[in-house]
Amino acid sequence: MFRGKKVIVFGERDGVPGPAIAACMKAAGAEVVLTVTECFV
Amino acid sequence: MDNPVIQACSYILIHVPGFVRYGSKPSREIADDINSALPAIEGHLREFEEAVAYPPNQVFIGNLHPDHLNNVPQPWHRHPVRDASRYGTYGEIMPEEELLGLMKIADDFDLMWIEKDAAPLLKKSLAAHPLWRDADFGKIDAGVEMARILDRIENQGSLPLYHRCQIVGCIHRDHEKDDNLKAQVLMENLLAKASAALALQHLLKKADIQASEVDLLLNCSEEAVGDRYNRGGGGLAKAIGEMCGCISATGCDIKAFCVGPLYALLYAVGLVKSGLFQKIVVVGGGSMAKLGMKFKGHLAKDMPILEDVLGGFAFLVTGNDGESPLIRLDSIGKHNIGSGSSQQNIMESLVLKPLRRIGKKITDVDKYAVELQNPEVTVSAGSGNVPLANYRMIGALAALQKEIQREEIDRFVLEHGMPGFSPTQGHVPAAIPFLGHAIDAIKQGKMNNAMFVARGSLFLGRMTQLSDGLSFLIEKNPRK
Repeated sequence: MFRGKKVIVFGERDGVPGPAIAACMKAAGAEVVLTVTECFV
Repeated sequence: MDNPVIQACSYILIHVPGFVRYGSKPSREIADDINSALPAIEGHLREFEEAVAYPPNQVFIGNLHPDHLNNVPQPWHRHPVRDASRYGTYGEIMPEEELLGLMKIADDFDLMWIEKDAAPLLKKSLAAHPLWRDADFGKIDAGVEMARILDRIENQGSLPLYHRCQIVGCIHRDHEKDDNLKAQVLMENLLAKASAALALQHLLKKADIQASEVDLLLNCSEEAVGDRYNRGGGGLAKAIGEMCGCISATGCDIKAFCVGPLYALLYAVGLVKSGLFQKIVVVGGGSMAKLGMKFKGHLAKDMPILEDVLGGFAFLVTGNDGESPLIRLDSIGKHNIGSGSSQQNIMESLVLKPLRRIGKKITDVDKYAVELQNPEVTVSAGSGNVPLANYRMIGALAALQKEIQREEIDRFVLEHGMPGFSPTQGHVPAAIPFLGHAIDAIKQGKMNNAMFVARGSLFLGRMTQLSDGLSFLIEKNPRK
């Protein structure tokens, strides 16, 4: 469902970090255009 | 040589309602809408007595055990501790009027002016403090006319200092065009220095050593002391040591976002073990930027602004004294650059791998100290319960290893974890608030060991997508 799609990734340090989501998205065929991880503390 | 020990700990809080407006989030909101944001902030600040009686703050200074919070009904801010003392086993909660005097004592460049009517009152407050009787109170005596203070504020980039919503002084910039020496940065750095010095004074008293016995200071505060040519250049460790009379010590600053204190402890342990130094102090002061970070969530729920305190801590690392818990140097867990970024990878690196290395299971560790942010501060602002999320992750790892059943994770969290009780001061909640409690419990035979796991958000500096982490285990001294 992500093949050929452009994806913006927002991750969270104490949840799922951005690079981990981005790796899944790439494996699913998406093009990751931005990856950001935030820390809310 | 035996492994080194953490012989003494100190923890301090300083109640600073007048500085909440200078926290990063409040100052941005005030700049956007001063007429609405500032009165709302001022209307939700706590009195000193409320901050002292706040149960998590009493845990932080050692008057209550963290597990005690499991039995305090929430919201904790509505269930104050009766007859709470500002002084605790590990330190104290200092009021703002004493801090303002302490900031002036910390000021070696006349960066801070105190208004002439306020000066004697601030001097009197600090002079009554048992740890600062020998301070240079002449610095506070030099009060300045209010008209000169207002002129500096209006025309020369100085920032007003408030106490009980009244201007009692100001902080100047020290260069016309250097953003690293502007008033806000110097205020932040002075607060870090003063609060760290307070923690160090408590540590020296608790360890019962002379300041001159310390031979190295490692500062892990979150400030960035420096100038236009070297932002974050450093030097705060020696500034703190100088203020406390550590005349035989040298020192430097350690930076690693929130995991800085654990790196500093690791370096201290390594340097003592190598024989290069004998008595090393790891010290950290408070972070002004973090004040009021979640204030909008608190206002939305009509709660008091709970991020109204600066935190500070200090640890004395020495050779084996035959009594204090040993730091297992073979238990160091690290988040390697190539470790991967999933939570499972991180927790395996920080918990599972080091425990396997020393032949222990996850359930062999009596207590884990993780990021210990007070959940009452974060949950109300939609940022979740950080310690609980981390404990569940460790419990899930134990379930994956078949040490416990999946349905036993909640019990694991209750027994091997604890409620968060630290102010959200970045480096301060990073596992270390439990060190004092753990050392005492192990000494008293109530626990055998504890593991400390801290995380750092390196990606916030925009130089890497990496996060960071470090961990170590302390355990009962076999000589005891």
